[in-house]
Amino acid sequence: MGMFRIGNGAGFSGDRIDAPGPVVDTLIARGGPAAMFFEVLGERTVALAQLEKRRDPARGYEPMLERLLEPILEKCARHGIAVIGNFGAANPAGAARAIARLAEGLGLGGLRIGVVEGDDLSASIDLAGLEVHEADAQLDQGGGAMVSANAYLSAQPIVEALRAGAQIVVTGRCGDPSLALAPLIHHYGWTEDDWDRLALGSAVGHLLECGSQVTGGVYYDPGYKDIPDPANIGFPIAEVSADGRIVITKADATGGVVNLQVVKEQLLYEVHDPANYITPDVTLDFSGVSLRQDGADRVEVLGVRGKPAPEKLKVTVCFEGGWLGEGEISVAGPNCLARAKSIAEVLLERLRRRKLDVRSRVDLIGIASVHDDDGGTLWRAYTGRDPTDIRVRLAVAGDAHDEVDQAAREALALLCCGPAGSGGARWRTTQRIRTQSYLVPRASVEPRVSVKPAAAWL
Amino acid sequence: MIDDPDEIVLVPLHAVAHGRAGDKGNRLNISIIPYEAETYALLAAQLTPERVLALFAHRRAAQVVRYDLPLLHAFNFVIDDALEGGVNDSLNLDGHGKTNSFRLLGLQVEVPRRLVRAPRRRRQDHTSP
Repeated sequence: MGMFRIGNGAGFSGDRIDAPGPVVDTLIARGGPAAMFFEVLGERTVALAQLEKRRDPARGYEPMLERLLEPILEKCARHGIAVIGNFGAANPAGAARAIARLAEGLGLGGLRIGVVEGDDLSASIDLAGLEVHEADAQLDQGGGAMVSANAYLSAQPIVEALRAGAQIVVTGRCGDPSLALAPLIHHYGWTEDDWDRLALGSAVGHLLECGSQVTGGVYYDPGYKDIPDPANIGFPIAEVSADGRIVITKADATGGVVNLQVVKEQLLYEVHDPANYITPDVTLDFSGVSLRQDGADRVEVLGVRGKPAPEKLKVTVCFEGGWLGEGEISVAGPNCLARAKSIAEVLLERLRRRKLDVRSRVDLIGIASVHDDDGGTLWRAYTGRDPTDIRVRLAVAGDAHDEVDQAAREALALLCCGPAGSGGARWRTTQRIRTQSYLVPRASVEPRVSVKPAAAWL
Repeated sequence: MIDDPDEIVLVPLHAVAHGRAGDKGNRLNISIIPYEAETYALLAAQLTPERVLALFAHRRAAQVVRYDLPLLHAFNFVIDDALEGGVNDSLNLDGHGKTNSFRLLGLQVEVPRRLVRAPRRRRQDHTSP
């Protein structure tokens, strides 16, 4: 029975750069056809990359690109393991040039690099009259200038690049699961309307696209759900048989775990209706899925079904979203709760007196913060004992940089004007990005694929 | 004295189930997965959308839909408008809302004592007389 293995080397921009090596080593040790994919493009990452590209037209792609690929590129090329990644962000051609430079340095001047473009609609899109994606219907759009507009392309342009002999394929925005589905379509020759097969490949992509989240990351809970060596969680590998059998496993000689619990958690991660999980390639139905432990660190996934892909493609548009200011200061020891509450009230009173035009929130980190609301319902209700220490955090947002920055600096001013024993003040002001997703007809998006040897990209 | 394994006890959901939170815009989803298959039906009766919505009332959540996955013994809760604008607009340190699985896992539920998972480090204490 034929078998294809696909490994994941990154689940987000900022993932562990030493994760891909053991995955590639495992794929080589097992032998047989295989591919690697990297998912590094969050919803707003492409907008931040566009801002970087405005500052430097050569940049605007995944900043860790070379660090991620340098340890594996030569091995993958030698063993015929295709590498696919949305490293391109706002500049797929720029990423291809960076890979070409890396390849030349490794003596791989003939490496065939494929680039998928056409997702960037920022120059042509007219938002008036476009259908708003339903999950965003309640979001406040603000009035900021458009920074980026990218369609979620399907797996097909990646397949086209692989058919043209690409050994590494760089994309901008595409469906995250499409990155894993594409090499499976290429290997097995699945047709564009074989919904159950496309669903299998997309389920593999869905389970693997967040890297360690299916092998122990975002999972371990000491005493309840322990994993071996959480400092070295092995990244995942899926085995997909010609008959559609899927097994999730992980890199050899690493920490982490693949068991029923962690696979269930990741199967439902960022899923709403499990019977209708929409990708550009297929609508997945997880409602009939069951799992079976198939030996140590091996879980078989059964019962994935597919339904036709949506007629329209999702386009995520990013806008300048004003500024976020944050200021923090700590208190500790006896009576720290009373001093922290006093800091909170003083900060809010300072914003009122200075009539700064910002939305604001105060957290008492150590009492209540991430579970609280902007009004501080949870920390205000807290009447328990003083903890060892409390960090008070002020967060403000607004359209004017100076107003936001001045508000955040009020936390800094407490270094001298605050209550007894307050210290460790920090503040910062950062630009915000707002996103809004729309639905557009497929015919209005035209993917472009080019495949050339490394030397030809330079 | 030995505890009656069938005695109904009130425990945090965390003692009988695990879960994970994810986001899309201002919409939060939390999976809840009991450790024991037997717990699934008990939780189905107790983890009502109304109780879950009440946990996020202070954040002005609008609606909770629960999807049941009986083959997996899992629930998926989809909570609308729970993220105070989501990662783009929220002033919360955790704009993605990823910590919220543990807000739901703090909910009190009633189960037979035998289904309660003691933390591994305390298991030895539990078996001592």
